[in-house]
Amino acid sequence: MLRDAALIAGKDLRLELRSRVGSGQVVPFAVLVLVLFGIALDPDRGVLDDATPGLFWVAVLFSAILAVQRSWAVESADGARDNLRLSGLSPGGIFLGKAAALAVQLLVLEVLLLVGVAVLYGARLGGWPLLAATVVAATAGIAAVGSLYGVLAAGLRVRDTLLPLLVLPVLAPVLIAATRSFEAALDGSQADGWPWAGLLAVFALGYLAGGIAAYGPLLEES
Amino acid sequence: MAADPRRYRGEVAMEPVIHLRAVVSLLGRFPALAGVDLDVAPGEIVVLHGPNGAGKTTLLRLCAGLVGVAAGEAVVLGHDLAGDRRAVRRRVALLGHGSGLYEDLTVADNVRFWARAAGARNEDAAAAVATLGVGGRLADVAVSRLSAGQRRRAALACLVARRAELWLLDEPHAGLDADGRDLLDDLVRRAAAAGATVVVASHEHDRSEALGTRVVTLAGGVVVGDEPAPGRPDHPVSPSGGPGAA
Repeated sequence: MLRDAALIAGKDLRLELRSRVGSGQVVPFAVLVLVLFGIALDPDRGVLDDATPGLFWVAVLFSAILAVQRSWAVESADGARDNLRLSGLSPGGIFLGKAAALAVQLLVLEVLLLVGVAVLYGARLGGWPLLAATVVAATAGIAAVGSLYGVLAAGLRVRDTLLPLLVLPVLAPVLIAATRSFEAALDGSQADGWPWAGLLAVFALGYLAGGIAAYGPLLEES
Repeated sequence: MAADPRRYRGEVAMEPVIHLRAVVSLLGRFPALAGVDLDVAPGEIVVLHGPNGAGKTTLLRLCAGLVGVAAGEAVVLGHDLAGDRRAVRRRVALLGHGSGLYEDLTVADNVRFWARAAGARNEDAAAAVATLGVGGRLADVAVSRLSAGQRRRAALACLVARRAELWLLDEPHAGLDADGRDLLDDLVRRAAAAGATVVVASHEHDRSEALGTRVVTLAGGVVVGDEPAPGRPDHPVSPSGGPGAA
């Protein structure tokens, strides 16, 4: 399964490097979301300071939707999904591979957004261990959920509009926990943030395990 | 390039590669296959004819384990498709209407990926690319920049690299130039000679009949004709009684 995952992840990352959709569309979109939030809230700088963790993760979630749609659009085009099913790759491996590729893209995006909130919002980044743990755990959860619901919506004509409706409610716990954990990291009260980071890790592990188990039937029906 | 003939030796050598009895397959509620009987022996090249909507594509996809069996008995390469249709997939290669290629990857990347996904080696992929004439500078060109014929060749290279035991080809000549068509026919004959079995759905009767050993005609989701290909009196006889048995 891990060999299959590595094969799929390598292919997806190579696709993104070649197509440059991530750097040309997803990253600019995420930065635009940050800028628009900044414009909307700038008159009251205090609100912007307080809202920075939440705005960061909202920007990540919106951008993740684009990345997930892209991840499955390439499989839906020109019979690639049939080839994927015929390949004999384990469904669990396909799921892990697509989630891993998505996670790598999101991690790069999040690093850029951290720079963005520091520059645009004047956020003073700190609490690095908690910050890093939160980013990793939340990203794993978002990637797992996105890959799972991505295949669910992949075979539907309305997948582009349906996907956000499916994914965003499920990711609400990630948004809450990641925001609380970020707040603790930026406030310098890391002890308050670790339980939230732990919750994120449990969420990610649950969805990774569920995805490995459920991906086969979902891939068949997509 | 073709399947390993050793796979056909031993106890399963005389088993039909495809054994279908009263097979029904539904697309939604529509019976795309409405009671198909068909046996295909190892090494045969069976040509499927029939009008649009006859069930040719569904039959190929059923044999590949991509669509379900609603009723009847369907055994392909020894796998009961009514039980577990995933098991057969790694042993078949399907060339459908789509190319199955990733637009932003190069020809070489695509063929290497699909070959490795099927358990083949990078050397198999490189050989397939060269055989199909999409090596050299074309190998490093993104699929999105290829012509329709070049895409078809690249898709065929992916298929060849899989070293499958059963080739399922849906309108394989479409988009190919004269050289490409000749090359495809040669590949199919060499694969069959090496022990692979080939089923070809085609509207190009003259070319496909010259390629095949047997012509099966579908209409309305059932087999309405099954006879030797013209000029092929010595075609392999299937275990169920050969031509006309279906």
